[in-house]
Amino acid sequence: MSKKEIYAVKGLSVPETPASAQEPKPWKQTQMVGKGIPRVDAYERVSGTAVYPSDVLLPDMIYGAVLRCPHPHAQVKKVDVEAASKMPGVRAVITGDTPEARVEWTYSKEARSSLFDPHCRFEGEPVAAVAAETPYQAEDALRAIRVEYDVLPFVVDERDALKENAPSVHGAGNVLKTEKYERGQVDRGFREADVVLEENYRTECQLHTPMELHGCVAKWDGDRLTLWESTQGVYAVQAEVAEVLKLPLSKVRVVGHYMGGGFGSKLKAGKYTVIAALLAKKSARPVKLFLTREETYLAVGNRPPNNMRLKAGVKKDGTLTALDFSCTGTGGAYPSGGTSLVDWLVRDLYKCPNVRTECTDIAIHTGPARPFRAPGHPQGAWVLEQMMDALAEAIKMDPVELRLKNIPNFSQGKEGNPPYSSTGLKQCLEEGAKAFQWKVARSKALAPGETGRIKRGVGMASCLWVVGGGWPPSTVILKLFPDGSLNLNMGASDIGTGTKTVMALVAAEELGIPLGKIEIEHADTGTTQYATPSGGSKTVPTEAPTVRAAAISVKQQLLEMASKELKLDAASLVFQEGSIAPAKDPSKSVKITDLSELKKRGVVVGIGYRGPNPENKAIIPFAAQFCEVEVNTKTGEVKILRFVSTNDSGRVMDRLTYDSQVIGGITMGIGLAMTEYRVLDRDQTGRMLNRNWHDYKLPTALDVPLEMTSLPVDREDSQANSVGAKGLGEPVTIPTAPAIANAVYNATGIRITETPISPERLCRLLAEKRKEG
Amino acid sequence: MTQKHEPGECRCSRGLTRRGFLSTVGAGVAVASAAGKLAAQPAASQGADVLPSAEMTPITLNINGRTHRLLVEPRWSLLFVLRERLGLTGTKVGCERGECGACTVLMDDLPRYACMTLAVEAQGSEITTLEGLMRGEELGGVQQAFVEEDAFQCGYCTPGQIMAVEGLLRAHPEPSQEEIQMGLSGNLCRCGAYVHIFKAAGRAAQLKRGQ
Ligand code: FES
Ligand code: FES
Repeated sequence: MSKKEIYAVKGLSVPETPASAQEPKPWKQTQMVGKGIPRVDAYERVSGTAVYPSDVLLPDMIYGAVLRCPHPHAQVKKVDVEAASKMPGVRAVITGDTPEARVEWTYSKEARSSLFDPHCRFEGEPVAAVAAETPYQAEDALRAIRVEYDVLPFVVDERDALKENAPSVHGAGNVLKTEKYERGQVDRGFREADVVLEENYRTECQLHTPMELHGCVAKWDGDRLTLWESTQGVYAVQAEVAEVLKLPLSKVRVVGHYMGGGFGSKLKAGKYTVIAALLAKKSARPVKLFLTREETYLAVGNRPPNNMRLKAGVKKDGTLTALDFSCTGTGGAYPSGGTSLVDWLVRDLYKCPNVRTECTDIAIHTGPARPFRAPGHPQGAWVLEQMMDALAEAIKMDPVELRLKNIPNFSQGKEGNPPYSSTGLKQCLEEGAKAFQWKVARSKALAPGETGRIKRGVGMASCLWVVGGGWPPSTVILKLFPDGSLNLNMGASDIGTGTKTVMALVAAEELGIPLGKIEIEHADTGTTQYATPSGGSKTVPTEAPTVRAAAISVKQQLLEMASKELKLDAASLVFQEGSIAPAKDPSKSVKITDLSELKKRGVVVGIGYRGPNPENKAIIPFAAQFCEVEVNTKTGEVKILRFVSTNDSGRVMDRLTYDSQVIGGITMGIGLAMTEYRVLDRDQTGRMLNRNWHDYKLPTALDVPLEMTSLPVDREDSQANSVGAKGLGEPVTIPTAPAIANAVYNATGIRITETPISPERLCRLLAEKRKEG
Repeated sequence: MTQKHEPGECRCSRGLTRRGFLSTVGAGVAVASAAGKLAAQPAASQGADVLPSAEMTPITLNINGRTHRLLVEPRWSLLFVLRERLGLTGTKVGCERGECGACTVLMDDLPRYACMTLAVEAQGSEITTLEGLMRGEELGGVQQAFVEEDAFQCGYCTPGQIMAVEGLLRAHPEPSQEEIQMGLSGNLCRCGAYVHIFKAAGRAAQLKRGQ
């Protein structure tokens, strides 16, 4: 799966924006950008005035709910809704037999399905839906629907799915595809190595579970549909719904001003979006349909589980000679990138001439995957970064040293081997090690004589993220009013990463307008400009240069106006904060708010387009993380004591939200490493057993180290784009889990190759080790 | 659990027996309420009429200092009434089963999950929601501290976190780090803002003391 397929809308064409008129160099010095300025929408978010989609209340609104298949594999024979339709408060019931609901649904291009597909290939496929006056009545009605199923044999573990006689998901074998990659001569590489290590690894399936549930409010005005959807991309939802319901794009308005987290699971519309629209149509009432927490565990994506093997060769001096990686994984019942990008770090992170990878995507009877923060990368890092740790030990080299020895300055994995526009991996490693006091901490941990049952250890890992430069298209409109205040209009969503704040800072920086005078309109297909979904660490590098281009357009128009007013050539004028003056004689300035043409016109409109990225350059963010743990060798409990994260994401746009992303990424990585995994009843029922936050454990306030240091390598990437920023949201979570695993190894001598690092697992391994002596 | 009001004050017991509750709501809620005041007052409900689940019951709720008289189904949660009937959407919904704390409100100064509290149960308590921490249009101290420390990302868990901190500070004006973490341990943040939330709690304590 290519990056564009993941973060644009698969199968839908994306418009190109015209080349930007101006591609200025990044600023040398900044007044606003890079400081720690509180979010421009902080007031709304903490006061409760922010209206999230799930908060929307409309006159006459009713509530939708979805009945889902309780079996991992079944054929729906009959759906009897008679009793349900007559229940109090019920206003609409739809099933696969409802003519309007017979629409196609595309989980992936390769395997089409329908909205209420009678062949249910995973637990949680919608079978029917109702709308009623209250959610309680809707629930009652769901319980009254009688469904006859033909329960079919299932396979819910990819390790079983290739066995002979395994039930088939799509009628043939369960292998969806195998992707191979090779460069150099791997076998010769291994012959040249002084040390060759080989190991098996596994990462478990992780669920997004953003705090705001998936769903929307749907309302029809005649033939026009408005959706308030909790989404990362309003235009993506618009395109999908319009296609499924065969509506003109202009008749589908999607609004998503605020949203309570997505992490990749809300890049597109869901079946629930279409179901809400159909229920609203049928009942002629606005319908609010938000899933229950349990449903979000089944039907709206996950990070696929992966089984991986890596063989690696290294010379005594630390030169990597060969990497041979293979993996299997599953995106569930429909092709959805079960192994997508899992091998990317092996291909690209460290200098190595001989690399071979092979990834096999397998179908099973579980809910389809959706991109999850840095798809594939945390899994690949779990393997590669633990292997690097092991190689370093085998050749008696410091793990930081080994990485420093193998830093490439061009992308080995990308076509044509483009050079990196900038690489701060070296700085990340060096500055991180220094801030962490790596050498001291490590020698303390390695010092002999520790006999107590509490053992300390330190570990580190580094990473890159496959794409961090953003790309076209994007359009932003700025409106400058005669009083000097500004309206910023963009289609992108702020998924909590501070997008709005960063964009306001860019406009403020360029135009010298105080933040308090800038107002943002965003994430509304009816009133704001086209943007791709916010995700993949691409929002800032995509939108910020676009905002800057729009600001420059405003500036140029103001210069023209001032040139008429001052009767001077526009080229001889310069823009100062709030005024325009001849470069040679600043005293003859005219205030922008005094420009008579601006007053007459009432507004100056600046349009900015996102220009193309530089050719033959790879714009990539890098990171390194260091952590210290304490392991109780009796109970197997691991306490994470501290974390340092160094990130090269180009220029820091806003320090506060930057740091928030870093600590958030580490926290999520702690989840993957320590507690998060999907439990399926593999043999008996094929159902998911931990579909709630009690049984599927996220890190809580008691599970995070108090000491989390975010240390940006704050250097603008002057080749990447006109603001010099690269993406941040993904790299902050990629190296976390292997850094913890390496620290646990450092403390105990036990290599935990499978997530999670649970007390049970660690206890067992510690006991085995004691037995071996 | 400490509850201020007298047993007789609870109007839910007049209209509904405990058995009535149990026959209408799921086991999950019954377990939750067993720990609350319903279980504490079996005597008061003896001999009362059994109401069918869908029958509307008049109740009075005291929310953010205002009195609301409304008709509710006995099974409606306080969360549902706050958000969907009164439009107080500052209180969020994450799971509706007592796992995440997004719905945290204060009842008589104590943090409570509004999703695990029936609206009828909430009578007689002073309920405070996020909106109730505002001083007119101005942010309250805890809210201000969350802004300063950037103690959130998507902001969806934030109202619950703020209410948890508010409740903590009302009981412990100068909380230790451990008390802060314990006080927030019932509130999940998937964006992982905990470390900033701890800082905000410390800052809020300062602001409340007028520092
Ligand atoms: S919504 Fe009440 S605890 Fe999650
Ligand atoms: S800020 Fe998003 S869940 Fe806490």
